[in-house]
Amino acid sequence: MNRVALRMLTGDTTKYLGIVFGVAFASLLIGQQMAIFCGLMRNTTSQVRDIEGGDLWVMDKSVQFVDDLKPMSEGKLQLVRGVPGVEWAVRLYKGIAKARLGDGNFQQVILIGVDDASLTGAPRPDRVLVGSVEELRQPDAVMIDEFGWRYLFPGEPFAPGKVMEMNDKRAVIVGMCQCNATFLTFPILYCTYSQAVKFVPQERKTLTFILAKAAPAGAASDDLPPPGPAAAGPACPFGFADTSRAAEVCRTITATTGLKAQTNDQFFWTTIGYYMVRTGIPINFGITVFLGFVVGCAIAGQTFYLFTLENLKQFGALKAMGVSNLRIVGMVLLQAAVVGSIGFGFGIGGAALFGFLFEKFVKSTPPAFYLGWQIPVLTVVAVGVIMTLSAVMSLKKLLFLEAGVVFR
Amino acid sequence: MSVAVALRGVTKEFGRGDAKTTALRAVDLELPYGELVLLVGPSGCGKTTLISLVAGLLDPTAGEVEVLGQAISRMWGGRKVRFRGANVGFVFQQYNLLPAMTAVENACVPLLIQGMAWGKAIDKAGHLLDAVGLGSRLKAYPSQLSGGQQQRVAIARALVHEPRLLVCDEPTAALDAKSGRTVMQLIRDVSVKPDRAVIVVTHDSRVYDFGDRIVEMSDGAVEKVTVGVGAGFVASH
Repeated sequence: MNRVALRMLTGDTTKYLGIVFGVAFASLLIGQQMAIFCGLMRNTTSQVRDIEGGDLWVMDKSVQFVDDLKPMSEGKLQLVRGVPGVEWAVRLYKGIAKARLGDGNFQQVILIGVDDASLTGAPRPDRVLVGSVEELRQPDAVMIDEFGWRYLFPGEPFAPGKVMEMNDKRAVIVGMCQCNATFLTFPILYCTYSQAVKFVPQERKTLTFILAKAAPAGAASDDLPPPGPAAAGPACPFGFADTSRAAEVCRTITATTGLKAQTNDQFFWTTIGYYMVRTGIPINFGITVFLGFVVGCAIAGQTFYLFTLENLKQFGALKAMGVSNLRIVGMVLLQAAVVGSIGFGFGIGGAALFGFLFEKFVKSTPPAFYLGWQIPVLTVVAVGVIMTLSAVMSLKKLLFLEAGVVFR
Repeated sequence: MSVAVALRGVTKEFGRGDAKTTALRAVDLELPYGELVLLVGPSGCGKTTLISLVAGLLDPTAGEVEVLGQAISRMWGGRKVRFRGANVGFVFQQYNLLPAMTAVENACVPLLIQGMAWGKAIDKAGHLLDAVGLGSRLKAYPSQLSGGQQQRVAIARALVHEPRLLVCDEPTAALDAKSGRTVMQLIRDVSVKPDRAVIVVTHDSRVYDFGDRIVEMSDGAVEKVTVGVGAGFVASH
């Protein structure tokens, strides 16, 4: 009877395609909007992901996300270095600076100052497109990100030696690197810490973050005291406890120094958590995703229901001929599953194609599009709900349909 | 006379309170195997209700319906559905063919309901369609067939699983006189057998001569049963 159900479904091509279109449109809307939302949220954490080398971020206790800059005194670095379990700790500057271009225009940039000695926090060698991180040791040297170059110097091929001015100081672009797209969309400039503090107006405190590494268990610097009550609070805003070695050291740093310390993962989620809670982004995207769901329900549900209504006599005839209600349920669920699967495929495929084309053809701006495996899973769940609701509406009619309707 | 269908004191009411209507009033009727029985009477006299009860599509308000030796009015749920699927064939006024399926696919549906494999069911339905003169239109869709041809497909569908009771509701109502007679002749030729009962509800007096027994109904009751060749009945109407 499955074959009969499928033939009934595909018999009227226009209606069949109408239902598939409804589901595909809903999937596209839900999948694409979620992907953009996740892309934007990921962009807020780009610096947490880009600044590598350490596995702990130490910061002022009131910092709420990666762009929330609350400088600390230099002495805090020594405090952190003295915490048991910390293998090493280096300074990191992160701030917004004003760059004056050759044409006299000013442009705000994200300035990242990495440790002078070790260059910890600088881009990985495989992400350096032109030049090398070692060149950051040269006087006035800065390295710019790929999108930043395109933004500041549109149409110009990259050429090392380009000069800008920041805080009346000369800055020479010595290399270009790949960076993850940022939320603020400002160009990113890497330089040494000592150089960075010259590129911004003088402030009493300049140490925005400390990058640290947790010593392996059993190492000489490993002398962790038992965690006290102050160390018990979870650093992750979503509540799951991180029991890794780095997290353990974070808790010790917090307990010992009073500073906030988080692992890369924790800081990633803290930042996302801030934007989720403190901005309207989730609500706005949530509304669009909800609208996609409603539109999907309306189009797919209504078309599917009308399809059932139009086949009522045929279903009645089948019931009269001995098809049980259970079999009818199976037939309708099969029809719903088939249109749901095909519609989902087209919709999520369309969303992926959108992301692909956006990344391929839009070169002026970094993409805010992230289609992780969770998005198709959530979309398929939404489509499942849409088709289940549609099927239930139809089944309500069919299960109470008297087979005797065929004689009327 | 071996009884295929027996109704004893069958009453059927629809609705409740002021809206209550009585479609059948204490009907007693026995129909034998091996005959084509015509159920005739004016609109609203209860013909359709009666065959719905006989086919197990409705339950009586009172009384008992026995079909092929089994009290169908006492059957419930799946048992009744299975009984109907295995023992009753239907021919509807509007054919009720599935428009998305070809003639042979439509004709094999009852076999699929019984669980037969697709290929085997198609083969069997093809042979029967050949027998009703549609061997060359097996792959035609209902929309490509005339009314008479569609009704032939419906007859093949009703008989393909070899039911012991065939119920036809106004099978000629949507056909012209010639096609109507052809269809009735076909029903007689392929379905009347010693171990099968055939009940045909009809308004169409032009086909009364095909009946072996004519049951006249009026106002929810059986008024008269005429046994014998239908010609005499035709002459008196």
